Amino acid sequence: MIFIRRVGRRVLPCFCVLAAGLLPSLAQADSILEPVGPVGKGDALIMMDALVIMLAIVIPTMIATLGFAWWYRASNTRAVYRPDFTYSGKIELVVWSIPTLTIFFLGGVIWIGSHTLDPFTPIPSAAKPLEIEAVSFDWKWLFIYPEQNVATVNQLVVPVGRPLHFRITSASVFNVFFVPRLGSMIYAMNGMVSQLNLRADKPGKYLGFSAHFSGDGFPDMRFDPVAVPAAQFANWANGVKGAQLDRNALGQLLKQSRAVKPYAYRGVDPALFDAIAARRVAPGEGPEGGRGGAEGRNVMPHGGAP
Amino acid sequence: MSTADSTITIADPFRLGHRGPNLARGHGGGGPATKRVVVGYGFWLFLLTDIIIFACLFASYAVLAQATAGGPTAKQIFDTDRVAWETACLLASSFCCGLATIAVAKRDQFLTQLALLATGLTGLAFILLESSEFAALNAQGYGPSRSAFLTGFFTLVGCHGVHVTAGLLWLGTMMAQFYAKGFRPDIGRRFLCFSMFWHFLDVVWVAIFSLVYLVGTRL
Amino acid sequence: MLGKLSWSAIPFDQPIPLIAGAVVVLLMLGALALVLAKGWMPYLWKEWITSVDHKRLGIMYVLLGLLMLLRGFIDAIMMRAQQAVAYHAQGYLPPEHYNQVFSAHGTIMVLFAAMPLVIGLMNFVVPLQLGVRDVAFPTLNSVSFWLTATGALLVNISLVVGEFARTGWLPYPPLSELRYSPGVGVDYYLWAVQISGIGTLLTGINFVTTILKIRAPGMTYMRMPMFSWTALASCLLILAAFPVLTATLAMLTLDRYLGFHFFTNEAGGNAMMFMNLIWAWGHPEVYILVLPAFGIYSEVISTFSGKPLFGYRSMVAATLFICVVSFMTWLHHFFTMGAGGDVNAAFGISTSIIAVGTGVKIYNWLFTMYGGRIRFTTPMLWSMGFLTTFITGGLTGVLLAVPPADFILHNSMFLVAHFHHVIVAGVVFALLAGIEFWWPKAFGYRLHEGWGKATFWFSIVGFYVTFMPMYVVGILGMTRRLQHYDVAEWHWWLQISSVGVLILIVAAGCQVAQLLVSYIRREELKDITGDPWNGRTLEWVTTSPPPVYNFAVLPQVIDTEYYWELKQRAFEQARLSEEPKYEAIEMPRNSPTGFVCAFFATIIGFALIWHIWWLMIVGLIGAYATFVVFAWRDVPEYMIPADEVAQQDRARRAARQHILNTGEVAWQ
Ligand code: HEM
Ligand SMILES: [Cu+2]
Ligand SMILES: [Cu+2]
Repeated sequence: MIFIRRVGRRVLPCFCVLAAGLLPSLAQADSILEPVGPVGKGDALIMMDALVIMLAIVIPTMIATLGFAWWYRASNTRAVYRPDFTYSGKIELVVWSIPTLTIFFLGGVIWIGSHTLDPFTPIPSAAKPLEIEAVSFDWKWLFIYPEQNVATVNQLVVPVGRPLHFRITSASVFNVFFVPRLGSMIYAMNGMVSQLNLRADKPGKYLGFSAHFSGDGFPDMRFDPVAVPAAQFANWANGVKGAQLDRNALGQLLKQSRAVKPYAYRGVDPALFDAIAARRVAPGEGPEGGRGGAEGRNVMPHGGAP
Repeated sequence: MSTADSTITIADPFRLGHRGPNLARGHGGGGPATKRVVVGYGFWLFLLTDIIIFACLFASYAVLAQATAGGPTAKQIFDTDRVAWETACLLASSFCCGLATIAVAKRDQFLTQLALLATGLTGLAFILLESSEFAALNAQGYGPSRSAFLTGFFTLVGCHGVHVTAGLLWLGTMMAQFYAKGFRPDIGRRFLCFSMFWHFLDVVWVAIFSLVYLVGTRL
Repeated sequence: MLGKLSWSAIPFDQPIPLIAGAVVVLLMLGALALVLAKGWMPYLWKEWITSVDHKRLGIMYVLLGLLMLLRGFIDAIMMRAQQAVAYHAQGYLPPEHYNQVFSAHGTIMVLFAAMPLVIGLMNFVVPLQLGVRDVAFPTLNSVSFWLTATGALLVNISLVVGEFARTGWLPYPPLSELRYSPGVGVDYYLWAVQISGIGTLLTGINFVTTILKIRAPGMTYMRMPMFSWTALASCLLILAAFPVLTATLAMLTLDRYLGFHFFTNEAGGNAMMFMNLIWAWGHPEVYILVLPAFGIYSEVISTFSGKPLFGYRSMVAATLFICVVSFMTWLHHFFTMGAGGDVNAAFGISTSIIAVGTGVKIYNWLFTMYGGRIRFTTPMLWSMGFLTTFITGGLTGVLLAVPPADFILHNSMFLVAHFHHVIVAGVVFALLAGIEFWWPKAFGYRLHEGWGKATFWFSIVGFYVTFMPMYVVGILGMTRRLQHYDVAEWHWWLQISSVGVLILIVAAGCQVAQLLVSYIRREELKDITGDPWNGRTLEWVTTSPPPVYNFAVLPQVIDTEYYWELKQRAFEQARLSEEPKYEAIEMPRNSPTGFVCAFFATIIGFALIWHIWWLMIVGLIGAYATFVVFAWRDVPEYMIPADEVAQQDRARRAARQHILNTGEVAWQ
């Protein structure tokens, strides 16, 4: 008990100071704990729920660990040595049932959370979702707004309050579309279309990037989304200027490039996204060649590519 | 591992969870098992791991079977007659290997060599048939690079073929060992492993025959 | 003639790997020169390189693991340094190099540091704990070791000849396909991991056979020490999981070398299949590492609490439970690929179910300490560090197993912090505890406690300072594998993390110092009794270091913790048991097969990486010839005469008798 009190006196204040310093910093600008949409809120809530459920058994276990170790130190003559205490049915029962019950409880949270927050599930809303098609390239993002007939590179502009429905694929390797403050991330995969439903409830500029390593230009695959009021979004969409996004422009996008400054297209081939997703577009060339790779490129067969 | 042949009889009132004669060697309380058991058991485990490799190849074939990418489908390229002959060769080979086991048990050098030779020749015939199948497909432009389906097919069937080829090499070495060293216990143990391996390849082939060729031509 | 190999393969333009490589090569040449000059070569060749003794192999595995741990740690220092400075800047490592560093770090740490250490301890301890003389297949054991060493060698060659993979520790296609990674990096990865993986697979076969078929008389399953149980579970996982790795890497290899289409973007390839296959190996792999670690903690905690392991049967059940369930969780590594609510929920729940088994273990360790008389030696300190830290690691792991939480944490620095919590505090702490614990058995002297404790305290503090900030930046949205960034809030957390690494460097220094100091003072730290910790299992029966044959006569086990009982009885009656009848012992002869085989494997691997086809054929022929030569040998064993055995064992008994007479025991 002395031990507990001592912990109380020394460690708790330290812990409090630490926590006080930590919590505000966790609630900083791009924290997943500061969500600005229903999906992010749902994710964070489930995460905190799960955390609390587990802390309920983790904290006592930690204390017991330190307590037992301290009390039963060899030099403590007051502790009773019980070398024969090696089995107790009751303890085993408790020891199996505590984690089991916790996981049982947590399992419920997992089941419900996985279904309500499945990225493919539309966000219930009266407004029709804004359709956005996202394609990852080496190493930039293309966003196609089919209804607005515009497209952007490394720049995502979305209206506040309106559900967003993303269809996501990759024209080269795997990437992950992620805006921490909007919530759920999802993979962009060649030959496959992922769907993601999000909503931004507060205007602002947020951090957005690829969350899956995709090669040398990966750290610059940023598309920091801007959420603006609906009217402003419409203005923006009308005002976008740029070249036509057709097969030709696509050829340029397929070439590897790093840290691409945002720019836009006006006029988008409506079948483009599906053509990429169905692999009807010839893939771009990879890098010039790593070490020991330049000749390899010519030697190796690349058969079968349509 | 040297196995001290101490037979022991310990009455064990605290024995937990073991039914039956607990004191047989290699089980529970009986001390180390004999070398033959150990070697056979170890090789058996190896075969299990090999089965898992084949299971992965079967699974990937199943995943890719429809991905013909505009190339031929299973129905268009499988020649069941040839596969029937291949199967016959391999079964015959397994049978000869069984005969060899009997000859080895009788310690008959001539019969052993004869049976092993027959095993090898039938196995070789299988490999030649399979190679001609592969060569024919390749010549038509239906090599493994043509489509993911063909990739899966060539890898699965080819992996079995590589196993058979390696087995033939082993078989030759085995024959040489019997010839040069006679029926020594360690060589006998190796032969035990070889025959397990050879029958195992038969079992895998039956799975390939039914899951790849039969299913492929029927569906 | 030399395939793709040319002078351009050597990175003359990159001073860092070049200098590092040059230093390593010089050190190796120096060591070789010393060995030759001092005439140690025959000794090394006879006693170590060709040895098939499980103890020697175990020691060599541990040495390899420690060296690679150091190499991986250097990579880690480079990464922390890069991220500390690469704020709004490129730092000192360009992406081409940084990406190799984290890939090499992960590959080396998991496959060439942790695995050899785990397998090394298994090698050294399991036959001793089971009361037998060697493993089922001693020569195969040596082949396994040398193949692992081949893999490690290839990875390190890539430092100076060519490049290493830039694709992460698991080479996800399509990035790892020829189109996106045309260099030799991925090929180095593939052949190094493939070759060492085959070594590991053979180890699995060897140890499952050993534990199931070769135990001392009377050593029933329910009398096996916990470490042997976990070794069995781990090797069963190896048997089931490593073939999947072999097959998967072979598929990627075929894609890269022969233009196949398993995982390509073209011709119907399916990269998703790779994710499923690789994680069907990858998740069990982490349990292959952590189960033996749990075994080590069980031995250490029970020994230093002066109590048998609490709830032994429960522990066995929990181990096997984890073993089975670990095959049903792989999908949690890609919840964010959109498999749908049902699938995600099912795998989320199966993942958290594993925590039940782990939880049970933690409570049983707690109750082992309860009512104990705990001696806080260095191994026990590591165990305490583990118990407290691993609980947090498990907590964050289960958090990641909740799909909606993973949707915002996947691939983040939070994940990185999680798996380091479990791998470092779970596995690495255990290995250091295990080395400390069994060192006296292996070398006949204990390690210096003071330096050991210093290592522990610097490690634990350094660990927290390094990894806790990673949880924070993870929550602040930072993703893993970033070569540079421009988010101000991350910057100073990452700098704190780098300070943590500085503390860890001090810890590593203390560890090295401990080994040196202990070696210098080995006379003082000598373990005469063979039982320096008041141990409970059979490895403490024999001398330190044990004779080649381990036990003069195989122990006849009649109880759980048989040795402990025997010792108590000896103390009560103040005499040893009757002297047994000594017989000649047959032991396997040394064999260069493993070394020669690995030599050719290195040649084959290198030739394949650089497309030097003739050399590959030479290597294949050489390897085959090695096997034939091995098959042809006539005398695989030699006899140790009964007199010699008797003489050595009488000396051991005399030492024990001395303790009984004087009551001088090392552990008091
Ligand atoms: C307490 C039980 C554990 C649970 C519940 C757990 C859960 C998880 C989950 C869900 C992930 C995937 C996270 C994501 O990709 O978003 C993960 C990743 C990982 N875990 Fe664990 N884990 C546990 C124990 C371990 C242990 C014992 C080790 C190693 C000894 C380990 C090593 C790893 C590694 C290396 C990764 C990273 C995979 C990557 O490269 O993306 N985990 N773990
Ligand atoms: Cu997918
Ligand atoms: Cu996992």
